[in-house]
Amino acid sequence: MNTSGPVALQLLQVRKSFGPVVALRSGSLTVNSGSIHALVGENGAGKSTLVKIIAGLYQRDAGEFLLHGESVDFSSTAASKDAGIAVIYQEPTLFPDLSVTENLFMGRQPLGAGRRIDRKAMHAEALSLFQRLGVNLDPRRLAEGLSIADQQIIEIAKAISLDASVLIMDEPTAALSGVEVDRLFAVARSLRDEGRALVFISHRFEEVFALCDMVTVMRDGEYISTDPIAETTSAQIVAKMVGREVGELFPKTPATIGEPVLQVSGLERGGVFHDVSFEVRSGEIVALAGLVGAGRSEIARAVFGVDPYDAGTVMIGGRKVPARNPRAAIRLGMGFVPEDRRQQGLVVDASVAHNVASVIRGKLATLGIVTRTAENKASGPWSARLEVKTNALSMNAATMSGGNQQKVVIAKWLATHPKLLIIDEPTRGIDVGTKAEVHRLISELAGQGMAILMISSELPEVLGMADRVLVVNEGRITADIDRADATPESVMTAATNAGATA
Amino acid sequence: MTITTDRATEAVRTYASYAKPLWQRVILTREFAVIALLVAVFVYSTNEVQAFSGPLTIYYLLLDVVPILLIALPMTMIIITGEIDLSVASVVGLSAVLVGDLHQNGWSIPAAAVAAIVVGIVCGAFNGFLIAYVGLPSLAVTIGTLALYRGLAVGILGTTAVTDFPEKWTDLAKDKIGDSSYPVVIIPFIVLAIIFVILLHFTAFGRGVFDIGLNDEAAHFSGVNVARTKLILFVLAGAVSAFAGVYYALRFGSVRGDTATGMELKVIAAVLLGGVSIFGGRGALHGVIAGVLLIGVLSSALRLETVTDNVINIIIGSLLVISVMSTSFLSVVTRATTGIKKRGSKSPDERQQLASAHTEGKNE
Repeated sequence: MNTSGPVALQLLQVRKSFGPVVALRSGSLTVNSGSIHALVGENGAGKSTLVKIIAGLYQRDAGEFLLHGESVDFSSTAASKDAGIAVIYQEPTLFPDLSVTENLFMGRQPLGAGRRIDRKAMHAEALSLFQRLGVNLDPRRLAEGLSIADQQIIEIAKAISLDASVLIMDEPTAALSGVEVDRLFAVARSLRDEGRALVFISHRFEEVFALCDMVTVMRDGEYISTDPIAETTSAQIVAKMVGREVGELFPKTPATIGEPVLQVSGLERGGVFHDVSFEVRSGEIVALAGLVGAGRSEIARAVFGVDPYDAGTVMIGGRKVPARNPRAAIRLGMGFVPEDRRQQGLVVDASVAHNVASVIRGKLATLGIVTRTAENKASGPWSARLEVKTNALSMNAATMSGGNQQKVVIAKWLATHPKLLIIDEPTRGIDVGTKAEVHRLISELAGQGMAILMISSELPEVLGMADRVLVVNEGRITADIDRADATPESVMTAATNAGATA
Repeated sequence: MTITTDRATEAVRTYASYAKPLWQRVILTREFAVIALLVAVFVYSTNEVQAFSGPLTIYYLLLDVVPILLIALPMTMIIITGEIDLSVASVVGLSAVLVGDLHQNGWSIPAAAVAAIVVGIVCGAFNGFLIAYVGLPSLAVTIGTLALYRGLAVGILGTTAVTDFPEKWTDLAKDKIGDSSYPVVIIPFIVLAIIFVILLHFTAFGRGVFDIGLNDEAAHFSGVNVARTKLILFVLAGAVSAFAGVYYALRFGSVRGDTATGMELKVIAAVLLGGVSIFGGRGALHGVIAGVLLIGVLSSALRLETVTDNVINIIIGSLLVISVMSTSFLSVVTRATTGIKKRGSKSPDERQQLASAHTEGKNE
């Protein structure tokens, strides 16, 4: 803001949809040279889609995209790179078996006599790049084993050697320690002072306030506001990020809350989650809220036993669930609808009947013999209760829509009569109509006394459905908010640790 | 969406069990095509090939293919999980050598056979442990143990051969059932085949085998014990291969370190010909048994026509390539005729994009 130069990058009312789903309704972003611009918004606000359009990964459906005042259309990431745009991702993808220098010059090695790679020149330039960035990295070492912070530095060095005028950093600090963040910020500031434009995406407001000059807020795929950092507060930003009514979209039927079904205490896994303790009672819907990557799914997977944990106990109805044993967890009454439906939830190349019966088939056996007839008989009623849309039970699940597949996954777990159902992202990638059906179903199940642990990145879903919201932030449960006290602001504040600067 | 059993207000939806009529489900399969081809080749050979219709043809044919038939049973299940076992022929060799060596050292044939089968189980368990619990790729592990087990077999006998088996036992291996032209050895095969068919096609364990081949992660998430299932399959392969090795020793009455070298490829070729997908997840034992018999009948008929072994190998190899190609060809045809070509191939992609559109903030 103080010394910022001309407009480097400008997007105006950019729109992008995937089939019927609009990922970006109207994205706008104006970044000046010589400034660091923060882009903030909830999960699903459209930030990543916007970045992917800038990077040339997606092509916009409508709107304007100007680079240094000229309209551009990138058909590929190579085209955007050539135009001077560099995107640094949270976890860079380097070639681990090549040296740092070779990674830097991948695909554009300087050539010497006889078209041989000029290793000397490469090495010298790598050294001078690192010197300029003020980092101490040996260009000859292999990329394998480098910290994520160092890998990002290599990506930044690559961008500088390409003389990128616009650098976009998509949550670069998510995996960095305090010292590494400071070093990254020092590098970012020196790049700004060289007159480059930087876009910084982060969920941590203290970093946004420490580093950036301007901030643009997005919500639900739309541009909301752009303000100089000095003229705003984190409370104002949170209000803009969530600022919508949580309507009566989520019909929550009141349920009598009974005895604890799931008790988790002191669950710990090094580097992933720490000291996680909570309980879920019968009839209660507990939501694990937080940002993507905060460790919510990892906690749920450890509870169910598909992932390991180092310490702590999981109990169902007072009985200890052995670690790393999903079969035991299922036997004790746990069901788990995972996040990645197509990869973990069901076997898409098998029939509906096969999938619905896949957990209970051991019980369908007479003298150990399981027949297709028995599977069909058992899966029919469950498919019917969930109104799965299919011609026949022998149809492959692969041909079905996402919503129908999710119904199959839920049917498969309901068939086991679980005491506790863990649902990770119950409505991701599902059309609006089916979404409402799934919500009503979850609510009804709780009404019948089932304990529900729900993980969701959609704040309205969390606030609309949950009796209690547990907010996970960087692997720890930072807040336990009752339904009555749960507001978008209280959840987002706990999820982003914005309390300090607010 | 009524979860309550409230039948008065809402009609409960019912589903047809199958989308296609029974005859289509039976006849329009690869397994049926292999069986039809087997019958065709058999009928043709009986009528057109001299001496094929004689009683000894079937007898010798079965004597020769029984080891492959036996090993194809566990191999089918292993390939359906998406793994492979290349060490089976070496286990056959090791087992045959052990029977010979132990017998030379004064063991009775049954005791030596039991010992050989126990060793086979240990060999299979070693493969299975490395693959299922250490997580190494089965291709690499069993290439290693192929050499290892063969090395042990050669090491035990050196360059010598064992030929002095008691006649009582070598006769049993070649005995016929009553006056028929079927060798006695097909009885243990039929028993094992029934057990394996039930295990693969009619138990929860077998359903898990298919799940692992189609999507091992989803299988794990549904409570299938992926590692234990794979271990059991490799142990079964070791045990059955060792049993085949015992038979091999007695049938030929002579064993050497290189007994049954290369048999693993014959087994795998027959399994693939029988309609099992090398990528896992699909296949059926009736197709595999027909596949083994088809190769057996074809080579036997061609040999009677004095076609040389080289040419027989070329013909069987081509048949295998054509049959593998036919799967992809058939699926293209089905898609074209049912009109789901575009949607089927495009929608997973779209859904992934959708999913990523919903995963804001999560980076690739």
